[in-house]
Amino acid sequence: MYATSYHRTSSVDEAVNLRASQDEGRYISGGMTLIATMKQRLAAPSDLIDLRHIAGLKGITVKGRTVRIGAATPHADVASSVEIRALCPAICNLAGMIGDPHVRHMGTIGGSVANNDPAADYPSAVLALNATIITDRREIPADEFFQGMFETALQDTEILTAIRFEAPDKAGYAKFANPASRYALTGVFVAKTASGVRVAVTGAGSGGVFRVPEMEAALGASYLPESVAGISVDPGLLMEDMHATAEYRANLVRVMAKRAVQSSL
Amino acid sequence: MAKVTLTVNGRAMAGECDDRTLLVHFIRDRLGLTGTHVGCDTTQCGACVVHMDGKSVKSCSILAVQASGSTVTTIEGLAVQGELHPVQAAFNQHHGLQCGFCTPGMVMTAVDMIARHGGQLDEATVRQELEGNICRCTGYHNIVKAVLSANEQMHGAQRQAAE
Repeated sequence: MYATSYHRTSSVDEAVNLRASQDEGRYISGGMTLIATMKQRLAAPSDLIDLRHIAGLKGITVKGRTVRIGAATPHADVASSVEIRALCPAICNLAGMIGDPHVRHMGTIGGSVANNDPAADYPSAVLALNATIITDRREIPADEFFQGMFETALQDTEILTAIRFEAPDKAGYAKFANPASRYALTGVFVAKTASGVRVAVTGAGSGGVFRVPEMEAALGASYLPESVAGISVDPGLLMEDMHATAEYRANLVRVMAKRAVQSSL
Repeated sequence: MAKVTLTVNGRAMAGECDDRTLLVHFIRDRLGLTGTHVGCDTTQCGACVVHMDGKSVKSCSILAVQASGSTVTTIEGLAVQGELHPVQAAFNQHHGLQCGFCTPGMVMTAVDMIARHGGQLDEATVRQELEGNICRCTGYHNIVKAVLSANEQMHGAQRQAAE
């Protein structure tokens, strides 16, 4: 790891001001991606601004059917939240599938969403649930937030502070995990609300998380696993690597979509 | 250089290190507690698992400065006055190790797992919970046996009392 300077902050304002004064600084939360990347010298931030100790960024609030998850909430807390499980068990199940128990104790929803790794789990839930990404300066709809691999609508110094969504009528997540890394080789999150069905795919798209309108329309007409059985996604839009070809991933999208629907019934 | 203050195994400890120093290296090299191992160094193997503020974490993937101010328990902190912790005793009894390199992480993981599940552990859950810990020797069977046995030892009496 290259040398870096660490700063612990206790408020969002303090963190933003500090970040604004640096050219090569990075925010760090749980660090489950960033520290590993720094150890491989694939990232070399001059400064690390730690957001993990900012009290206002932590915690889960449920009011009616509105769920708000603070950005610094670890995956383990979402996985074990009784309040969220009563409204949307799919996102608890998803959180419980990230990495391993130790990673889930450190890694946070805000870090995962802000990093927008093309194989991370959370972006699929955020997009399918039509969640709102709350930052220190504005609210961003999920459809505008994810802009490609590791690319988001966040500006340089902007801090993701919370994720908010309305609990769906039904939701399910199915993931085919890479057997070594546990990242999603393909993961599909399906959410059904009064305004329709949304299907979001992670791990497969060459531009990061994406929606599948044909599946959404078919499930809107008939919310059953069979409804997506005949729908295929174009392998030309999917990733290909040593773990899976684009065609294999295309098939996984269909299979995981069926399982996601099944799990929500 | 940064000053890092930790409560390790009940004792206040402090030391100086680079901001980039990993918690595991701080524990091993600065504090001299070499029970915590570095296996893969890439967040995969779990040989470096310690408890930070009561939760299992991979100390090879956390900077010492990130951990500063926290309470840390390492494998050295489990035995009380020379008497093995029930999980350590179960690993011994069930031969839950061969070369022993992964064992500190396995034991710290098992202690955390048993605490979180409040005694409600079955074989499938134990195997799933061991996802972040790799053992190259045992094939896991005896590790799983040891965890289940320790769980029974620690919670069985309690459960019987409740029934």
